Amino acid sequence: MDWDLLHRAVTTIGKGVGTTLTLASVSLAIGFCLGLGLAVMRVSGNRLMSGFAEYYSAVFRGTPLLVQLFLFYYGLGQFDFVRENPVLWWVIGGGTHCAIMALALNTAAYTSEILRGGLISIPVGLIEAAKAAGMSRALRFRRIEFPLAIRQALPAYGNEMVLVIKGTSLASTITVLEITGHAKRLMSQTYAIFEVFTIAGIFYLLINAALIFAVRRIENRLTSPAR
Amino acid sequence: MEFGLMQLWEGGWVGALLRGASVTILVGVGAMLLGLATGIACGLIKWARVVPLNWLVDIYTTVVRGVPELLIIYLLFFSSVELVARIGTAFGWAGLAETGYPFLIGIIAIGAISGSYSTEVVRGALAAIPTGHVEAARALGMPKARIFRRIILPQMLRIAAPGVNNVWQATMKDTALISVVGLQELMRTAFVGAGSTRSPFIFYLVAGAVYLAITFVSQSGFKRAERALVLKGRA
Repeated sequence: MDWDLLHRAVTTIGKGVGTTLTLASVSLAIGFCLGLGLAVMRVSGNRLMSGFAEYYSAVFRGTPLLVQLFLFYYGLGQFDFVRENPVLWWVIGGGTHCAIMALALNTAAYTSEILRGGLISIPVGLIEAAKAAGMSRALRFRRIEFPLAIRQALPAYGNEMVLVIKGTSLASTITVLEITGHAKRLMSQTYAIFEVFTIAGIFYLLINAALIFAVRRIENRLTSPAR
Repeated sequence: MEFGLMQLWEGGWVGALLRGASVTILVGVGAMLLGLATGIACGLIKWARVVPLNWLVDIYTTVVRGVPELLIIYLLFFSSVELVARIGTAFGWAGLAETGYPFLIGIIAIGAISGSYSTEVVRGALAAIPTGHVEAARALGMPKARIFRRIILPQMLRIAAPGVNNVWQATMKDTALISVVGLQELMRTAFVGAGSTRSPFIFYLVAGAVYLAITFVSQSGFKRAERALVLKGRA
């Protein structure tokens, strides 16, 4: 066993952990908000809004993330009006920003399906009771529907978070140096293919194990009180 | 700025993209079948708790589902490509590592990923079969093999159908990742076309539309299969 190589691999690939976590957490945060909006649109009863949300989720869930990423990064970068617009170019121009946007839009589609499932699983009686108690629509959503939907959706959302962590590896294809990007660069320098990718894989497994552990704890917290 | 629609048409790219799409479907179907075979075997092992083997299956599903697909493809491809190139050259087929091998690795790598998800689907479906059915069959004196064939297998297929559909959708999309090791499938063709015509937008848009079409067509097929699997007079 070559300890120097292992040490070098762990330190080099470890430098990408921060980027991977940033990509995942920022895109999950944006994606959750968008997904919540889309889920509310889906159950709103307005045909235009629910139709839009349905098509959005079908398109983003029906195409590979890699296609979406390349369409935004290379495809939109082709147009002059995007290059000349400072705000658009800030989002599209850099690999990290573009990867965050693609991941966020992608996870928003999956999140909307998960949250929609949570929202439609709420017993009608609870909503009727809230109405009868005179709660306004916003208050009802904040106090009754949203907390119940989240509790219902949390296990599925935990899986989606793992998928986003795994999805961040695609950012390496548009020059972002996260875990996979560092691993690929180190591989081309050392040719120690097996060691490098095994260590990169262990980093991902540790991140995902920590994530699943945290989600389980939250699940237990949300379900246990006074039952 | 040109949109690139003319180049797409005149450069013969439409045919190239369709050929790429057929490779994508081939890899997808091959990987799915390999994954289903793996999934049924591993799902049975996990369900029946075959002691030393089920630990191996646990490790397999945990590792493959916890590590990015891209990393699995890189690991399998780059760790073996040199050896394969040497074997190919020795047998007088120098281009093996560039042409046939990415296809094979694609099916193996995507199949391994697909299989890890199928394992969970099969295990879940087996666990959902009421134990009373198996006990009743045993009480009637059915031999073990027939219990499996007549009682367990048909119910498992019915319960697993929606999960298998999900795995198929994910497998189809995962095939796009094989483009990173140079297999000329749909995504790779779009990448090459985008580079040579300098109009990436239209190429990735068309590629996305083709993936979407594959998804929709297979989705409606699956819906029909699911309806056919529902027992008559129930549901």
